[in-house]
Amino acid sequence: MLRYLGRRASYSLISIIGLVTLVFFLTRLTGDPSALYLPLDASADARAQFARLNGLDQPAIVQFFTYLGNLAQLDFGQSLRQNRSAMEVALEAFPETLKLAFLAIALATSLAIVVGSLAAARPGSLFDRIASLVSLAGASAPDFWIAIVGILLFAVGFGLLPTSGTGSAAHWVLPIFVLTLRPFGLLVQVVRGTMLSALSAAYIKTARAKGMPRREIIFGHALRNSLLPIVTVAGDLATGLVNGAVVVESIFGWPGIGKLMIDSIIQRDFAVVQSTILVTAVAIFLLNIAIDLLYAFLDPRIRY
Amino acid sequence: MSRIDDAGMPAPLLRVEGLTVDFLSDGDPVRAVDDVSFHVARGETLVILGESGSGKSVSTSTLMGLVDCPPGHIVSGRCLFDGQELARLDEDKRRALNGRRIAMIFQDPLASLNPVYTVGRQIEEVYRSHGEGDGDLRSRILDLMRRVGIPEPEQRIDHYPHQFSGGQRQRIMIAIAIALKPDILIADEPTTALDVSVQAQILDLLRDLQRETGMALIMITHDLEVAASMADRIIVMTGGKVVEAGPARDVFETPQHAYTRKLIAALPHGDAADAGHKRSRERANAVLLKVEGLGKDYVLSSGAFAGKSVFKAVEDVGFHLCKGETLGIVGESGSGKSSVARMLMRLNEPTSGKAIFAGQNIFDLKGKDLMAFRRRVQMVFQDPYGSMNPRMSVHSIISEPWQIHGDILPRARWRDRVVELLDLVGLKAEHEGRYIHQFSGGQRQRIAIARALASEPELIICDEAVSALDVSIQAQVIDLLADLRNRLGLSYIFITHDLPIVRHFADRILVMKQGRIVEENETTALFAAPIHDYTRTLLNAVPLPKWQTSKKIG
Repeated sequence: MLRYLGRRASYSLISIIGLVTLVFFLTRLTGDPSALYLPLDASADARAQFARLNGLDQPAIVQFFTYLGNLAQLDFGQSLRQNRSAMEVALEAFPETLKLAFLAIALATSLAIVVGSLAAARPGSLFDRIASLVSLAGASAPDFWIAIVGILLFAVGFGLLPTSGTGSAAHWVLPIFVLTLRPFGLLVQVVRGTMLSALSAAYIKTARAKGMPRREIIFGHALRNSLLPIVTVAGDLATGLVNGAVVVESIFGWPGIGKLMIDSIIQRDFAVVQSTILVTAVAIFLLNIAIDLLYAFLDPRIRY
Repeated sequence: MSRIDDAGMPAPLLRVEGLTVDFLSDGDPVRAVDDVSFHVARGETLVILGESGSGKSVSTSTLMGLVDCPPGHIVSGRCLFDGQELARLDEDKRRALNGRRIAMIFQDPLASLNPVYTVGRQIEEVYRSHGEGDGDLRSRILDLMRRVGIPEPEQRIDHYPHQFSGGQRQRIMIAIAIALKPDILIADEPTTALDVSVQAQILDLLRDLQRETGMALIMITHDLEVAASMADRIIVMTGGKVVEAGPARDVFETPQHAYTRKLIAALPHGDAADAGHKRSRERANAVLLKVEGLGKDYVLSSGAFAGKSVFKAVEDVGFHLCKGETLGIVGESGSGKSSVARMLMRLNEPTSGKAIFAGQNIFDLKGKDLMAFRRRVQMVFQDPYGSMNPRMSVHSIISEPWQIHGDILPRARWRDRVVELLDLVGLKAEHEGRYIHQFSGGQRQRIAIARALASEPELIICDEAVSALDVSIQAQVIDLLADLRNRLGLSYIFITHDLPIVRHFADRILVMKQGRIVEENETTALFAAPIHDYTRTLLNAVPLPKWQTSKKIG
């Protein structure tokens, strides 16, 4: 077990180093920050001084090793725009994303389990057909469109909800709804499929021959065995949300890591871009370990 | 107890009359069970004998409400159990009966146990579902596990199904079934998935439990020997209908219906049939294959703190095979017999040893030589459902070897040759364009044989090639193989767990146990005088008819 965790950690370290390298050079392809941060008519001297101050006059490869050296000392660089530690900026935004992601995934998974199980319990019934239709629509609707229509309808039209920003509980409604829809749709389909095959398994016959109540058979035996694929898909979707729901956060002006990432790319705030990616990469690594541990907990046949 | 007949018995506990069940598929309803009647009394064993698709499982599943409606539909008939009509029970009444008064065990004990719960919990559920969750449940469960023969139940109670052997899993299933001392136990092919020696133990356990509790036992099987060893009375089913019913001995000794006679004739009868055997008529003394010191180790993935451990699947196996000879390799699951086959086919690489085939060591072959070798040795697998691509027509399946080995046959002659091969294995030319799912198990295995013959091999390795087939079909496929051998001069390595099957087919038999050869002899000699204890166990594991055993007792 410990050895497994150690192995996973070392693999992840390698991929994180690869990711950091890639991001470092890619951000430098976006252009020269001095073009954004200095007035348009700034002199060549002023530009050179700006570059020197921020270490941008060095060759890229030298900058890279300086960056790596600093990383090792947990110095993640300064934000050009906010003039404070880039990591501080990233860590400030990240909880906002986490709250959103956690709520959306929890809501989507629990709703999908109930709806999917009930649909699978009576395949072909009216409920099943409605559930299939709704989930298909949810899984295929583009979230930016739903978000904009939602704003138009509920914020601009009826004036029930705020258009964007944070503050009150009402600010949560639209972003959560939009973020829940797609995972919910996908998960209903997964739950329904795995529950259908679980319900036709031989051990369900055994449970019926034992005289167990139907509810216990569905939720105790069939659902318990269906959890593994559900966890796989839900984990995958959660990874996507932790990554920052870039589009949804931007539309709703949500101060999360996705919006921060986009903003700092546009503003060529290199240190912040690098920090946001480092934070999400570590978070995804931890999330994946948690999912693996959950597997072992759910299925006694899986041991690391 | 001598002969049991209706007149001498008390009122039956369960009486099924004219049961008819349809299955609604997309098109017309299919009649799975057609006007079936039977009855069973306390302490009595009724065997329902039939081959796959005969409706034997459906008729008993109906009793427990395990047939889903839809697609199942009870058209007519009555199932009276102790005054209650079983076919039309509401869910609560059904639950009160299932597990408490009628219990069932199934064919595949691994699939029938929930993999994610401990066996203790799964036994406990029976008590809890019937309001007996109070008191010292754990000690009741331990007693039960002890009774069905699980060693060290104190530790085992918290283990998961995958940590038990096949026989033990079936014991756990039996424990679940008998927990509340049911009046009727329905056993649906309870030993089909188990090794012969384990089968005998499970049958003994069922007999003992029946004697103790006086429960009625309904046993469903396709295995005539199992049927004979358990039954007081037998009904024989085919095509959803009962074709024969009566006391076991009468049915076996003087079968009335043509189908029953055919079934019983297919049974390999010990000495009587020795004369009409299907062994090779002429055997050359030229050695085709010589295997020496063959071994296969598997390194088991180690746990966190455990060291590396090596599992010897095959150890120091050596034998030879002459041209035109049939060599039987017999052993139970895990004996290494299939590993040997797979290594000889170069599907798995051996850890040690060599195998000289026509002057070349098989394990040294590479590239072109290996391709040439593959042409000369073919395999027929156990599962004719899984070993052929369902999206390929029979024509493409059989002609595939010619596509791979370009030099066998020019494309212009493929059609004719496919038809020829189909004819050779007893199928028709018009089957060429069909797909695998349109054939029965026996027909599929014939197609597999035709595919093996397509590359004109010298040696065919049959790995449990008839084990998945019904008894009457098994005999036909063996006849076909024997006929082909005599006509084409083939050699066979025939791998099976079923000793009686090879008796009239193999010239020599190797008995394998735990990766080693424990006995090797000419077939007649091996059956007449088995030397090794294990061979004797295998031979004795074939169950004796009940009327013979009970005569011995008293």
